[in-house]
Amino acid sequence: MGQVLIVAECQDGRLSDATQELIGRGRELAQATGGTVTLAAFGEGARDALRDADADVAVVVNGDGVQQYNPEVYEEALAAMVEDRQPALVLLSNTTMGMDLGASLAARQARPMVAYCTALWRDDDALLATSQIYGGKLAADVEVPDGAVVTVIPGSWPAAGSSGSPRIEEMPSPAAAHTRVLKVMEAESGGDVDITRADILVSVGRGLQDPDNLELADQLAEALGGVVSCSRPVVDAGWLPRSRQVGKSGKTVKPKLYFALGISGAPEHLQGMKDAELIVAVNSDENAPIFEVAHYGATVDILDLMPALTERLEGRAG
Amino acid sequence: MKIAVLMKDVPDLVEELEVEDGALPLDDMSFVPSEWDDQALEEALLMKEEADVEVTAVAIDTGDVDNMLFTALAKGADRAVKLVGDFSRTLPNRLRARLFAQYCQAQAIDVVLTGVQAIDDLDGQIAGLVAGLTGRAHASVVRDVHIEGSQVTCVQEYSGGKMAEMQLAVPAVLGIQAARKPPRYVTIAKVRQIQKSATLEEVEAEAGTAPLVTVRRIYKPEAAGHAEMWGDDVDAVAESIVRLLEDKKLLRS
Ligand SMILES: Cc1cc2nc3c(=O)[nH]c(=O)nc-3n(C[C@H](O)[C@H](O)[C@H](O)COP(=O)(O)OP(=O)(O)OC[C@H]3O[C@@H](n4cnc5c(N)ncnc54)[C@H](O)[C@@H]3O)c2cc1C
Repeated sequence: MGQVLIVAECQDGRLSDATQELIGRGRELAQATGGTVTLAAFGEGARDALRDADADVAVVVNGDGVQQYNPEVYEEALAAMVEDRQPALVLLSNTTMGMDLGASLAARQARPMVAYCTALWRDDDALLATSQIYGGKLAADVEVPDGAVVTVIPGSWPAAGSSGSPRIEEMPSPAAAHTRVLKVMEAESGGDVDITRADILVSVGRGLQDPDNLELADQLAEALGGVVSCSRPVVDAGWLPRSRQVGKSGKTVKPKLYFALGISGAPEHLQGMKDAELIVAVNSDENAPIFEVAHYGATVDILDLMPALTERLEGRAG
Repeated sequence: MKIAVLMKDVPDLVEELEVEDGALPLDDMSFVPSEWDDQALEEALLMKEEADVEVTAVAIDTGDVDNMLFTALAKGADRAVKLVGDFSRTLPNRLRARLFAQYCQAQAIDVVLTGVQAIDDLDGQIAGLVAGLTGRAHASVVRDVHIEGSQVTCVQEYSGGKMAEMQLAVPAVLGIQAARKPPRYVTIAKVRQIQKSATLEEVEAEAGTAPLVTVRRIYKPEAAGHAEMWGDDVDAVAESIVRLLEDKKLLRS
């Protein structure tokens, strides 16, 4: 393998965990075949963040255009880098940036692509990737051709420690001709309640079926001394405010107890709750992926279970 | 202004997914519109309510997509286009993207909306692929799309609830995360009625070639773990939960 090009993302002045994961794996793959690791990073802060990253070269794109994320500027810079360096493998995390740039970069450069990768390994001479598809219900083993762009689901493997000193190369940021970022808005903190601080979360998904059934979840949360949270479709439907959403584009929670009620367990949801101390899932579909991260589970109708459990808890409290 | 909504149908996850010899027997499965494409269609229809735009739903004839397109018409799309040719259910996204890209260029579509992802797009998401092939401005994971003169504005979601308001010059491609409102519902009767009065426009298309990947096998992933299951009796399950909570000292005293 020649060069592995890794698109780095920074967070609070350091490389994101997802990026460290790419670096760890990228290094292993490169090492096995005498290849090198190059990082592509953006903005003034990136230089400090990647100073001790385990890479051979780090290209830092700098200038007015990269003060915040702008897909056009980032893509132009990456396209130029790929054109120039002809990497054997391009790795991005399956974040907003990866979903934004991975496919367009692949199409622009006529490179093959594998999305939703959760494993990347060598088998004889071939590089193989596992891609997580069908909402996590199936996986596909895919041959990764030379030059491919691969987007990796964060959390797929351990992050690299920092143990290198890459040679830093500067690249002036391209200008944005068509895309302007008008305003960046930080996450609303708290909302009506702060679900990240609750010990017990009663989390409801699309299995709730009707907003009128929220009352059942409220009553159960009340009986447990917990708080109601939810999956994304419940927010998109307008049944609960965004501050209650758990997952990739919502909050990451680690309560003592997480009830997943009528939630299938899509990768984007799991990302926000898989580290809860105790997970109890209730879903009428015994094959729902949520049961793979839950500690306890049952295949009953949540609309029957919620009132039955509430009644039992209330009866117990006397 | 012309908006195209690129749509595809995907296997219905409500049904059990059976893998045969490392592949999915797609011909025996039932299909539903990809949920994010449905969100994209809804957003386009909401844009139509506030600006002078023509909304065209576009799908590739990989099987039975007529119902999906007639449903789009029944919901309020102005036109529905089926790209016809020798296409099978297994048409990779890279080739789908080429077909869509050719159509959008030929028709001088101003704003292309499509779902941010689909459950089966293992070789790249359509929004990014079409943008890359056509060289258009693009953004994915977006919502709240509005037309302002020759620009579109939208909100792009980052992780953890952070987001940005952005503005793109048309022609542009947007990967829609969610519509402003839940997708509207139309009755089967209304779809049938449209089916009698409207026609789908058929456009001949050829996919050509694209850099593809080879799938060695598809399988149910081996779970790293599995929940201890309590069965399907509501009272017994409720009892088990109470006992567990007692055990873990999670009950309010
Ligand atoms: C970029 C991006 C970011 C995303 N971010 C998030 C995020 O932050 N959080 C998030 O949750 N999702 C997120 N998603 C969406 C995610 O992909 C899934 O679509 C979503 O998690 C599904 O929610 P759900 O499980 O409630 O619905 P579904 O997947 O529809 O599952 C509903 C479940 O309920 C079960 N069910 C139905 N009725 C009953 C009943 N009566 N009793 C018991 N069980 C029942 C069904 O068997 C099914 O398993 C994101 C997607 C993208 C593309």
